[in-house]
Amino acid sequence: MAEDQSYDLSRFKATYFEECAELLASAEETLSRLQDGEGSVEDLNAVFRCVHSIKGGGGAFAFEDLVHFAHVFETSMDALRSGRVQLTPHVAEILVRGNDVLGDFVRAAQEGETLPPDHGAEVKTQLAAILTGDADTPAPAARPAPVAAPAAVPSGFATWTIRLTPAPGLLRTGNDPLLMIRELSGLGEMKVAVDRSRLPLLADMDAQTAYLAWTFTLVTDKGRAAIEEVFEFVAGDSADVVIEQTGQPVEAEEGDGWGLFAPIPPTPDAPPAAAAPTHQGTVGHPAAPATSAKGQEAGAGGIHTSSIRVDLDRVDRLVNMVGELVITQAMLGQQASGFSIESHPELVQGLQELSHHTRELQESVMAIRAQPVKALFSRAPRLVRDLSTKLGKQARLVMSGEGTEVDKTVIEQLSDPLTHLIRNSLDHGIETPEERIAQGKPAEGTIHLAAEHRSGRVVIQVSDDGKGIDRKRVLEKAIEKGLVDRGAQMTDEQIDQLIFAPGFSTAAVVSDVSGRGVGMDVVRKNIQDVGGRVVVQSTPGQGSRFILSLPLTLAVMDGMLVAVGNERYVLPLTNIVESLRPTAQQARTLVNVGDVLTLRGDYIRLIRLYELFGIKNAITDTTRGLVVVVETEGGDRIGLLVDELLGQQQVVIKSLDSNYRPVEGISAATILGDGRVALILDVGALRIMGERLMSGAQLVAAASPQAAE
Amino acid sequence: MSDNTIRQFISFTIGDEEYGVDIMAIREIKGWTASTALPNAPAYMRGVINLRGAIVPILDLRARFGRGVTDASARHVIMVVAVGNRVAGLLVDAVADILAVPGDDIQPVPQLEHAAAGFLTGLVTVEGRMVALLDLDHVFAFDEMDLSEINTDAAA
Repeated sequence: MAEDQSYDLSRFKATYFEECAELLASAEETLSRLQDGEGSVEDLNAVFRCVHSIKGGGGAFAFEDLVHFAHVFETSMDALRSGRVQLTPHVAEILVRGNDVLGDFVRAAQEGETLPPDHGAEVKTQLAAILTGDADTPAPAARPAPVAAPAAVPSGFATWTIRLTPAPGLLRTGNDPLLMIRELSGLGEMKVAVDRSRLPLLADMDAQTAYLAWTFTLVTDKGRAAIEEVFEFVAGDSADVVIEQTGQPVEAEEGDGWGLFAPIPPTPDAPPAAAAPTHQGTVGHPAAPATSAKGQEAGAGGIHTSSIRVDLDRVDRLVNMVGELVITQAMLGQQASGFSIESHPELVQGLQELSHHTRELQESVMAIRAQPVKALFSRAPRLVRDLSTKLGKQARLVMSGEGTEVDKTVIEQLSDPLTHLIRNSLDHGIETPEERIAQGKPAEGTIHLAAEHRSGRVVIQVSDDGKGIDRKRVLEKAIEKGLVDRGAQMTDEQIDQLIFAPGFSTAAVVSDVSGRGVGMDVVRKNIQDVGGRVVVQSTPGQGSRFILSLPLTLAVMDGMLVAVGNERYVLPLTNIVESLRPTAQQARTLVNVGDVLTLRGDYIRLIRLYELFGIKNAITDTTRGLVVVVETEGGDRIGLLVDELLGQQQVVIKSLDSNYRPVEGISAATILGDGRVALILDVGALRIMGERLMSGAQLVAAASPQAAE
Repeated sequence: MSDNTIRQFISFTIGDEEYGVDIMAIREIKGWTASTALPNAPAYMRGVINLRGAIVPILDLRARFGRGVTDASARHVIMVVAVGNRVAGLLVDAVADILAVPGDDIQPVPQLEHAAAGFLTGLVTVEGRMVALLDLDHVFAFDEMDLSEINTDAAA
């Protein structure tokens, strides 16, 4: 019994935390609007609702710290939205911090951790101070007049027409119209008319669906905000609520108010279809000007929901099944490759169609997981604002392409790298206003965050108009850290890429913003983990540009199947530049350098895959094998010696580490048409392995003694 | 304190020796299928196979115990086991028996100069045969795997 309950609770908890994440994000977005001074009273209400919902759910699960903090937060929000306290930029900043701390509490509750008892105490005091800042004004009334309805004389009575049309799913979300009606009637004198037009035949009726709609005529002195509060948790999503003021505010007694509007006809007898027109007639005022923003939103969204909430596991299962389908389709294609279109026209044509449909299906399924990068970019404005204040710099953030869609996992993985790149641009890129003016630049620097789709990948760029990479210092530092040999010949591009080397940092002073040297290599690793690449371009004095290129999806990619000995590997098609069979003049072995390939005047390092992986029975003569020229994320080109190319195909990416562990040189695995596993090559790692192999037997790491062969 | 809980094991053979794995850990038993070699892996890593869409590593238990690499044929058996959240396969010679052993009958492993000793949790005697019980967590500790014992024959 007890176990059953805890099991159920954990399911509800999961939903609660999911909602919390959304609520926190939405509160943050709204708060940043408030911070910019663009917010409205409705925004304050929205934040209040978010905090209140988090508090309510937290109370149900007995997250005491969370509830306690949320309560303080909520009380301050309430004071703000009721107009008791003015929203100043300072207050807005406290609210933003409050939201962050609330997020900490939610995360702690989710992970079952206990935060130190004084966590967020400072913010809590500040939040409370918002209230006490109000203390010196005359003692506030129990429920002071809201600022929301300036037209209404707050102390007077007014007549309101409220139309409540619940969405069919209202009851299932745990809301009860009866409670709302009761609460509403508590505000003043009220008359109710019911609209039964949506009521189906008894046989078709679903007990859990809300069919009725109501029109209330309410005479109250409480004002719009009080009415809105009644529908706070249903307006918009779960019900269509239209609140209109139909009678003028009346200073005198209630009785006088009654003459201002016609009585509603006895509704139970009224034909259902007539209900709406009757209501219109009663109002007597054009609806539009008085309709609240909330009502309009609800009207647009209406009862029909245009999106559904689906557990990510289900989508992943779908993605997996489509992956299996791609494999099966590849298998069928392979089996049927012996048939000609003349002998089996229908079979061959059918298989071609299957192939098209599979690809289309796969793209549609991937689209489910796609999300606009807006979610990722939304944190940037605050980051730039906070950091520029902290660093004493002036910076402006320009964003473009926020609507570009990327796989959800990619978005999650990109959050940290992007934060770091923005920090880096502000800390190392943008100069102080004095330096900028001295160089004839505007005092305010610009950071540009852009996203776009480019040939099957998503390209995200972080660029600034700062000082650019100081190559001389980068090189000095790299030599000092032993990353580069003194006297090594390096191109400007190669020097720029050094900033991604582990443990590298050029900041003269280690700040708490960046400069600990644990940034850029982590950035590169995070991006590589999702199959992406990062490159930096820089012009001294004019700024730097970080270019992140990412796959649209993580589940399927186009690959080239290559054979080495008895083994088959998949090379990601995006890495491949060209393939060729080198002549004896093209392929040479140089002393102290190793194998190189001359290609149109360029020298390319040649890596023998069989040597790197210890594969037997492979072609060792470069002039008999094939060299595939590939490009790594750093823009370096290397040649991989393989036996032959077996063909291009779509492969489904399967994790190798979920049951095993990461393997150097291999990014993942896939299943071929014949059911066998093939490993997907990680070109960047191969280059590093190749260099280690070349750097001589004395330096070969213990991990690869076969290099001595 | 006596432990009368009956535990069930599936026993299998490697050469003349018999080993047991807790029946609850076993997901399935299948015949040997060709695996895909993993580069620069120890000799006892026989590579990975496709098990209904999942990539499953196969460990050659004979080689793990230092008795040389198994010359796998269709008559050899892969015991697919679950260890924590992972699924992995054990290449063994043949499946022998299903054993029901009272907890009290499981003897501690004596200090042995035996390569397998570190991978065992206990010993039982069943009908005069000694069966060594495997510590799967230890056998499949891939993260602690010593990569210096490189398998140069893996690609064969």
